[in-house]
Amino acid sequence: MSAMNGKNVVTVSDVTFSYDGVPVLEDVRFTIPERAFVSIVGPNGGGKTTLLKLMLGLLEPSRGTLEVLGTSPARARTRIGYMPQHVQLDPQFPVSVLDVVLMGRMGKGTGWGPYSRHDRAAALDALRKLEMEDLEDRPFMALSGGQRQRVLIARALACEPEMLLLDEPTANVDPAAETGLFELLHDMSRTITVVVVSHDLGFVSHYVQAVVCVNRRVMVHPTSSVTGEVIRDLYLSDVCMVRHHHRHG
Amino acid sequence: MNNPMGEFLSDLTRYPFLQHALIAGVLAGVACGIVGSYVVTKKISTIAGSIAHTVLGGLGAARYFQVVHRWDWCTPLWGAVAAALLAAVVIGLVSMKARQREDTVIGALWAIGMAAGILFISQTPGYNEDLMSYLFGSILMVSERDLWLIAGLDLAVVAVGALFYNQFLALCFDEEFARLRGVRVEWFYLLLLCLTALTVVLLVTVVGIIMVIALITLPAAVAGEFTKRLWHMMVLSAILTVVFTTAGLAVSYGPNWPAGATIIVIAGAVYLSSAVGLRLFRLKS
Repeated sequence: MSAMNGKNVVTVSDVTFSYDGVPVLEDVRFTIPERAFVSIVGPNGGGKTTLLKLMLGLLEPSRGTLEVLGTSPARARTRIGYMPQHVQLDPQFPVSVLDVVLMGRMGKGTGWGPYSRHDRAAALDALRKLEMEDLEDRPFMALSGGQRQRVLIARALACEPEMLLLDEPTANVDPAAETGLFELLHDMSRTITVVVVSHDLGFVSHYVQAVVCVNRRVMVHPTSSVTGEVIRDLYLSDVCMVRHHHRHG
Repeated sequence: MNNPMGEFLSDLTRYPFLQHALIAGVLAGVACGIVGSYVVTKKISTIAGSIAHTVLGGLGAARYFQVVHRWDWCTPLWGAVAAALLAAVVIGLVSMKARQREDTVIGALWAIGMAAGILFISQTPGYNEDLMSYLFGSILMVSERDLWLIAGLDLAVVAVGALFYNQFLALCFDEEFARLRGVRVEWFYLLLLCLTALTVVLLVTVVGIIMVIALITLPAAVAGEFTKRLWHMMVLSAILTVVFTTAGLAVSYGPNWPAGATIIVIAGAVYLSSAVGLRLFRLKS
C-alpha cells in the first residue's frame, strides 16, 4: 500500500516469524499510512494475531524489522490502544466495568496512587462512545460476552491512542452493534489509525480502505480491488477448509 | 472465675503478653487482607505456602548465629524476613525466566527451607523448643521488640500495597495489557511476591508456618464471595482476619488451647459455612 497522507505509521520490512522452527509469517512487508482504516483478514491460524503481537513488540521477529509510530514496537506500544481477542480472565475476578476501562489510563499519570479526575472522565467518555455508560458500576464478570468485548474496546479507547489495534472486535457482538461499532471506528479513523483484525471480509470491506491479507504470507489490497478472486486466493492457496461467516446487519 | 471470656478480658488489661498478642493479630490482619486478596486473585497461594516453609530455615539460621556466634541482633524474626524475601526473589526470577519449571522450584524451596531449619536447630545448643513453636504459631510469645518489627513490616506492606493498587490490579487481572500500558510487570510481580513474603512473616508469628496459607487465603476467599471490587475485597478480608485472630485468641485463652489452631478452625468454619450457605441460597433463588 502506498502512503496516502505522506506518513506511514506502520512499516513492516521483510519480517519472518517462526514458532519452534515452524514459520508462521514469511517475508512480510507492508505499510499502513497515517489515519487509515485497515482490516487484517485471513483464515484461523494464518498468523493474524502473531502479526498484531509483532506490531506491539510482544513478540520479536525471527528476521526483519518493524517500525511503529516512528519507533520500535516496544517503545510505541503505550501509544497504541489494543484489544486482545482471547483474554483468559478469572470468572470470579472482582472488578467493575469502570475499573477495567480505567486500566486503559495506566501509564498516563504519576505511576502510583489513585487515578485522576481526568482519567475517570476519559474512561467514562470511552464507555459512552460504546453506549455502555449505564453499566459502569456493574461487575465486569456479570456481563455477557458481547458486552465484555465492548468494555475491552472502551479500555483500548481510554488510552487516547494514536493507533487502535482491535483483534476480532465483533466476534461476540450482535449484527446491529457490529454496524454501530464500525461506524464509530470509521469516525475515529479521521483522527487516528484504526487496524481491525477480522475473519469477516465481506462486512469490513464496506468500511475499510485497505485489506491486509495474512496467510503465512501477506498481501495488501485496496478495498476496491478485493474481488471474489482475491478472497479465493487468500483462503484457498494454503488451506483447504474455509469457515465462512456471513452476517447481514 | 468461671466465665472464660471474662477471664480473657480481665487478663487483657493486666498482662502485656496478651496485649502484644492482640496487637500482633490486628496488625497482621490488616496486611493479610490486602496481600491475601492479591494472592487469591493472582492465584499464587502455593507460592505463599512455599515462602512460609522457607521461613523455618531463616528462623533456625538466625537462632544458630545468635547462640553459637553471639550475634545478638540476629533475632529469629529477622532471619524469617531474610529467608522469606530470598525465597520470593528466587521464585519470582524462576517464574519469569522459565515458567514451566516454576512449580518444581516452589516445591523444592518448600522442602529445602524446612530441612535447613531443622538442621540449624539441631546444631544449636540449648533449649530450642520455642523455635518449633513457630510451626504452629506463638502469638502469646510476641515480645515488645517483635511488635515494633511487626508494626514496621505492616506499615511497609500496607503502604506499598495501597500506593500501587492500580498497577497490582492490572497485573492480577490482565498481565499482557498491563505490560502494553508501560507497567513494568516483572518488577511489580517481584514486588508483589516480596509483599507476600513480608505478610507471611507477620502471619507466622500469629498462626505458625504450617497454617499461614490458610489465613492468607480463607479470609480473602470469604470476602471474594461478597464483594465485586478488589479494594472492597481487601477491606472485608482485613476485617475478617482481625475478627478471626481476635476471636481465636479469646476463645482459646480460657481452656488453654493453641491460639493459632483455634484461629484457623474459626476461619475455616466461616469459609465453609459461607461457601455452602451461598450455594444453597443461590439454588433457592
